[in-house]
Amino acid sequence: MITESKISYKTSDLKKIYRTGETEVHALRGVSVEIPCGELLVMLGPSGSGKSTFLNIIGGLDTPTSGHVYFRDRDLASLDSHQLTLYRREHVGFVFQAYNLVPSLTALENVALVTEISLNPMDPLSALSAVGLKERAHHFPSQLSGGEQQRVAIARALAKRPEVLLCDEPTGALDSETGAIVLRALMQVNETYGTTCIIITHNASIAELAHRVMHFVDGDINRVEVNETRKSPEQISW
Amino acid sequence: MIGALNHKLIRDIWNIKGQMAAIILVMAAGIAIYIISFGVLDSLKLTRDTYYDRYQFANVFASLKRAPEAVKERISEIPGVSVVESRVVFGITLQMDDMNEPGTGKLISLPDGRSPLLNNLYLRSGRMLHPNEEDTILADESFFKAHHLELGDKISVISNGHHRKLKIVGVVLSPEYVYSIAPGALMPDGKRFGIFWMSRRSLEASVNMKGAFNDIAIKTDRNANLELIQERLDTILKPYGGLISYPREDQISNFFVTNEIKQLESMGMIAPVIFLSVAAFLINVVMSRQIATQREQIGMLKAVGYSDLEVSLHYLKMVLLITGFGAIIGLSLGAWMGAGMTKMYTEFFHFPILKYSFSLEVMIFSVFFCTVAAIAGTLLAIRRAAILPPAEAMRPESPAEFKVSRLEKIGVYQHLSFLSRIILRQLERRPVRGLLSALGMSLALSILVFSFFMEDSMSYLMDVQYDETQREDINFSFIEPRPFRALEEIKALPGVLTVEPFRSVSALLRFQHYNKRSSITGLIPKADLRRVIDHNLAPVLMPQKGLLMSQKLAEILHIGVGDILQVEVLVDKRPTLQIPVVGITRQFIGTGAFMDIHELSRILDETPKISGATVKMDPNQGMALYKKLKQIPAIMGLNIVSILRKIFEDVMAENLLKMVSTNIMFASFISFGVIYNTSRIALSERGRELASLRVLGLTRREVAYILFGELGIITLISLPIGIWIGNALAQGMTASMESELFRIPYYIKNSTYGYAVLIVLCSTFVSFYLVWRQVDQIDLVSAQKGVE
Repeated sequence: MITESKISYKTSDLKKIYRTGETEVHALRGVSVEIPCGELLVMLGPSGSGKSTFLNIIGGLDTPTSGHVYFRDRDLASLDSHQLTLYRREHVGFVFQAYNLVPSLTALENVALVTEISLNPMDPLSALSAVGLKERAHHFPSQLSGGEQQRVAIARALAKRPEVLLCDEPTGALDSETGAIVLRALMQVNETYGTTCIIITHNASIAELAHRVMHFVDGDINRVEVNETRKSPEQISW
Repeated sequence: MIGALNHKLIRDIWNIKGQMAAIILVMAAGIAIYIISFGVLDSLKLTRDTYYDRYQFANVFASLKRAPEAVKERISEIPGVSVVESRVVFGITLQMDDMNEPGTGKLISLPDGRSPLLNNLYLRSGRMLHPNEEDTILADESFFKAHHLELGDKISVISNGHHRKLKIVGVVLSPEYVYSIAPGALMPDGKRFGIFWMSRRSLEASVNMKGAFNDIAIKTDRNANLELIQERLDTILKPYGGLISYPREDQISNFFVTNEIKQLESMGMIAPVIFLSVAAFLINVVMSRQIATQREQIGMLKAVGYSDLEVSLHYLKMVLLITGFGAIIGLSLGAWMGAGMTKMYTEFFHFPILKYSFSLEVMIFSVFFCTVAAIAGTLLAIRRAAILPPAEAMRPESPAEFKVSRLEKIGVYQHLSFLSRIILRQLERRPVRGLLSALGMSLALSILVFSFFMEDSMSYLMDVQYDETQREDINFSFIEPRPFRALEEIKALPGVLTVEPFRSVSALLRFQHYNKRSSITGLIPKADLRRVIDHNLAPVLMPQKGLLMSQKLAEILHIGVGDILQVEVLVDKRPTLQIPVVGITRQFIGTGAFMDIHELSRILDETPKISGATVKMDPNQGMALYKKLKQIPAIMGLNIVSILRKIFEDVMAENLLKMVSTNIMFASFISFGVIYNTSRIALSERGRELASLRVLGLTRREVAYILFGELGIITLISLPIGIWIGNALAQGMTASMESELFRIPYYIKNSTYGYAVLIVLCSTFVSFYLVWRQVDQIDLVSAQKGVE
């Protein structure tokens, strides 16, 4: 449920320039946007349009070249490395395309990796149950399918009870059926816990699940669409 | 409860257990050598110092012909002298029933009615002498044990021309004879050389020294000027046939003990540094690879909220865990080998107690140095993990940078196959790592070359000494020099084939402001049994005039051919002579000056005399000859050269074998550790690339060529470097062990290099085989996906 009176993120004239020798790459060209709490937001755009850069900055993984990015009333651009680490630890959950599970840890241990450093975590087994993987708790990533691995990653992100869930191509490596399962899990997280979910994807169909869709082109938001009606993962065409 | 990150740590280490094991072994070797060296060193030093202190080991010694006891008072008045002990010391011949050949020994007087003020004795068993006891002695422990004697047994000796039976009532040890060797020998031989102590009054009477002494021991004050004291002492003793006095550091037993301590110190400084440097390098290579392969995991950890410090500590823990294992094995190995080495020392050094003490300080230091080396080796890699921005960490790693190399620009690669170019470009891309790997291998090779060098040089020394220089079967000295005609009596003994005389005269040799107490040995012009050789091992004819000098003695005196040596003869008329040096000779054992025996008599202004003789004997009449020699009272010191040689060879064989085996083991750790880790890392870095080549159609053999070709080149580069370092170590050892008593020749057989290279190549092939099995098992599909 979106709490419009509360804003998760607000960016103002956010810019990011990468310099490699004498070459400059303008990844973000002054993005100004507000994202309310509880929103499920999908960001669409071609490769190199700036979506991942935007996600990394609001997730505290990267810093802007100029501009401001507020998480609630804190300007993330003014935080140092240690403060950003604490911000990520306490408020942000990440889901990556490549799952990024630790191969030498079981599903349960991968989730515990995060709960051990969180202030108010869920029980790791409960987090796995929430994504339907309680029975696979003691399996290693190599013993899980791609979809299961991604769901473990979601459980890991979810276990710290984050206010924000940032997902970079969460279904990119999955088939349609598995992708639907993963998206169902994300939607449940958004609806059940009120977690703001921001999903980057190439797949325009996934946009139909979102409250809003932002189209990135060439380092800026080209247009924003609001979905009056939202589809379920089973309803979208892949 | 073990956290999730620690679970990861343990399983990550288990995944690379082969590489870890190799590193741990190298570390353990470094720690073990440190423990052995300094642990044994501490034990030896403490034991020596305590023993010397408690048993009042003197710090100045002098021998003379004969002086009245009253002279002792004058000596005690020398400023800086705190204690003086006069003694009677006499050489004897031993006639043991369990030996065919005669033995030699020393009888030393013990004061009657009190303990010695200096060089006191430690009573091992039995009792001390009662005052004025006749024909009873204390025996040194090694002689007592070698002949399986019991308290109360009597031994037959010839002392001052008289046959005597002496009863052993006590077994003792003396700080003066911790390492006890007969004159002319290099190794202790408890069976054929014995030290005995007898009541002063009894000994005086038997050797006609009543109210007199012929040996003096002195203790000086703490900050006394030793040189000045010795000078005054020599002046006082000169009229009494005094030979030049010498300080404790020149006392033979103390010299050997101190030399051994110096060797241990050198070993302790150098060897652990080599091993721990190699371990640090290996850890750096392995951890760098770990961190590189776990880039995305590092990014993820940071993304979910682990700080840079927590990530760094995670990898540091891995290093500390490896170090911990290395320390446990190294400490255990070091303690075990240290105890063994101490036991070996008890065979040579006769201390009352020599116990290996496992010093906590040495343990802590060894682990500390190992930890510092390990952390130093990994700091850069861990830092890389710490500063890796999370966003960048989760992006795929950029392809390795290659560019056209200098060699390629000049057309070297033109005629090479693509596979060979891949190998060479890979080497050129990481030249430092390649060189360090080669250096690691070369250190292994150098350790082997050095170990085998010890065996080669000892063997060479023996061959030169006993085949070129000291070619006699027996040599002996007389109590007093005999006229030349004594030769005829010796020739008449059963079994004597050839006999050659020698005349040995103690002298103080001076050149400019350098001086050295030594002796001049007179030999017949065409001596064949006792020869003087040059640097090409060719025998040198005795010049009619002038003297030949050994290289070492010439260095001490800073004298050369053509210079005039001042010789202060210390016996008989004690003339001072000026003699030209006409040649420099080669001598591995001892230092000496040589001249024609008749010329020597002429310049001494005496009728020709002989101090002793060297004999070539008929081996079938050995028993008969020994029997006769046993009965000749005039003979003081007798050596059977074949026995001297055998003892030396046996001791060398046993101890060198242990040392060489240990070094082969340690060198194998290093070479296996370096090559196995280098090849495993190469496989890890290039597994995907190699799988791609297999998918494209290259055979296993061609893929192996790429992987092992690079490593093969590194191995080949390491060979000449290793040989060079090994030679340098050998030369360093030769220089450091050079002393007046002996010099170790710098000699390495060609076959030695062959064996050393073979052992390193064997370790290399074993590593290659183990890695090859993993190459064979690469899953071509998974490897394409980047799954390791």
